[in-house]
Amino acid sequence: MPFGLLKYGLLPSRRVPRRIPPTPELKPSYDVVIIGGGGHGLAAAYYLATVHGITNVAVLEKGYLAGGNTARNTAIIRSNYLTPEGVRFYDESVRLYQGLSNELGFNILYSERGHLTLAHTDAAVRTMRWRAEVNKHCGVNSELIFPDDIRKLAPSLNLSQDVRYPILAALHHPPGSIARHDAVAWGYAIGAARRGVEIHQQTEVTGLKREGNRIVAVETNRGTVACGKVLQAVAGSSTRLADMAGLRLPIKTVPLQACVSQPLKPFLDPIIVSGSLHVYISQSSRGELVMGGSTDPYPLYSTRSTLEFKETLMAHMLEMFPFLSEVRLLRQWAGMADMTPDFSPVMGETPLDNYYLDAGWGTWGFKATPVCGKRMAETVATGKAPDILHAFRLSRFEEFAQAGERGAASVGH
Amino acid sequence: MKTMTCPLNGVRNISEFVCGGEVRAMPDPATGSDAEWADYVFMENNKAGVVREWWCHTPTSFWFIAERDTVTDEILRTYPAGEVFTARRDFASKEGGS
Ligand SMILES: Cc1cc2nc3c(=O)[nH]c(=O)nc-3n(C[C@H](O)[C@H](O)[C@H](O)COP(=O)(O)OP(=O)(O)OC[C@H]3O[C@@H](n4cnc5c(N)ncnc54)[C@H](O)[C@@H]3O)c2cc1C
Repeated sequence: MPFGLLKYGLLPSRRVPRRIPPTPELKPSYDVVIIGGGGHGLAAAYYLATVHGITNVAVLEKGYLAGGNTARNTAIIRSNYLTPEGVRFYDESVRLYQGLSNELGFNILYSERGHLTLAHTDAAVRTMRWRAEVNKHCGVNSELIFPDDIRKLAPSLNLSQDVRYPILAALHHPPGSIARHDAVAWGYAIGAARRGVEIHQQTEVTGLKREGNRIVAVETNRGTVACGKVLQAVAGSSTRLADMAGLRLPIKTVPLQACVSQPLKPFLDPIIVSGSLHVYISQSSRGELVMGGSTDPYPLYSTRSTLEFKETLMAHMLEMFPFLSEVRLLRQWAGMADMTPDFSPVMGETPLDNYYLDAGWGTWGFKATPVCGKRMAETVATGKAPDILHAFRLSRFEEFAQAGERGAASVGH
Repeated sequence: MKTMTCPLNGVRNISEFVCGGEVRAMPDPATGSDAEWADYVFMENNKAGVVREWWCHTPTSFWFIAERDTVTDEILRTYPAGEVFTARRDFASKEGGS
């Protein structure tokens, strides 16, 4: 019997087709070179090919496909931001996500859970009301709710008023979702590769050759390629690449840690965030509790984990869900987040003529993968950033025109 | 727990400290241009390697300077700011201003 099974499994007709082709030889030149094979770079490649018919494209990834922050994030998708520019932008992403499994023909396990941001102080209640009003004004479903309604959505949450930070209210955002992060990247990669985009793994960009105001060639550990246009989408390595291009960025690289528990029976439907307690939690489709908090206290180019992170996270988590004291942690990890001073991204044109930037995604960029891909592809194809990206331009800092999203992005991601 | 040596209080848990950012020269308040200020306030060197930063021991509000490696997470040296700032710096005064 085991041999029969083995024989059956090894039949050529049973072999699973390889959907992402192996890394090809580098060609001498490409119309577009995308640096960084995470979700953002792959989505941009996909929309360049599908929307703009540009397929002479190489995605250069120094490690393995989507092994950076795309592989490390906690997959929360939402659009309940604070500024109208932010809400409009993230809303476009949520809408693209809702149809993405169909668009890609690949199941991204999109799961609409609803999202609760807890308020433990009067000041936080005011901010939640403010966000709810801005959201509704922009056509996004958000509502301020109080403990009676919170209890219906999350019966296991500790709503006692006899704790250090009692829960007074919550911003309820029904479209809040989670998705399978790897599947998002793989779906875009498969779609792009099928249309002729080349994906080069283990290909690290080591230098950029500049002539006048253009980047004319990209140097890698596998040789140099000439390029028509370049898109940089390297998250935690944004400054290192910008240094090669001679650009200055308002970015600090800071680790963000997360962890999951052993799997439990499903009990937690919504995603729950507490800005005051610096924690958030959701239950994955495998039953694991996915938990995280705010970034590490100081900049670092490292993905190490710390005991301190887990101690402070759990101290607060136990106040919200006391019975978790019985549960064990399964895994922990970290990613390098590219943090900006206003908690908004830096996207669009740069002082160079043919070099485009998708950076400053900090702790909140997974939810923006589809809209970034689509709008950065448009920017690269036309040479001009569309209106929806205007608020996130690099030049906003010298114009003192920040897009302040700290209140909506610092813990909730 | 990771530790840091405060020049005033000795070895303490790292959670007692906050990082105040890289030591950089401030533009002259009277003569600095908007572009210089924007760069000073928003832009970051964000160096991968050894950096020199302001740190504060929060229980005692003592600010000092630390040199640390942002790749290996090693703290190489901490010392009082007086080692770097040895002389008073006078800024230009605006003409006619007080
Ligand atoms: C723990 C954690 C939790 C998070 N939770 C959320 C969340 O719940 N919701 C949310 O919206 N966002 C979240 N984020 C943020 C989100 O993960 C990122 O903003 C997003 O994944 C960025 O995507 P990317 O494609 O730009 O970056 P990445 O996936 O990091 O891709 C960049 C790629 O560039 C490659 N690269 C770097 N340097 C070079 C080079 N020199 N040459 C070639 N390639 C290079 C890297 O190897 C990497 O694969 C979280 C992040 C972390 C770390």
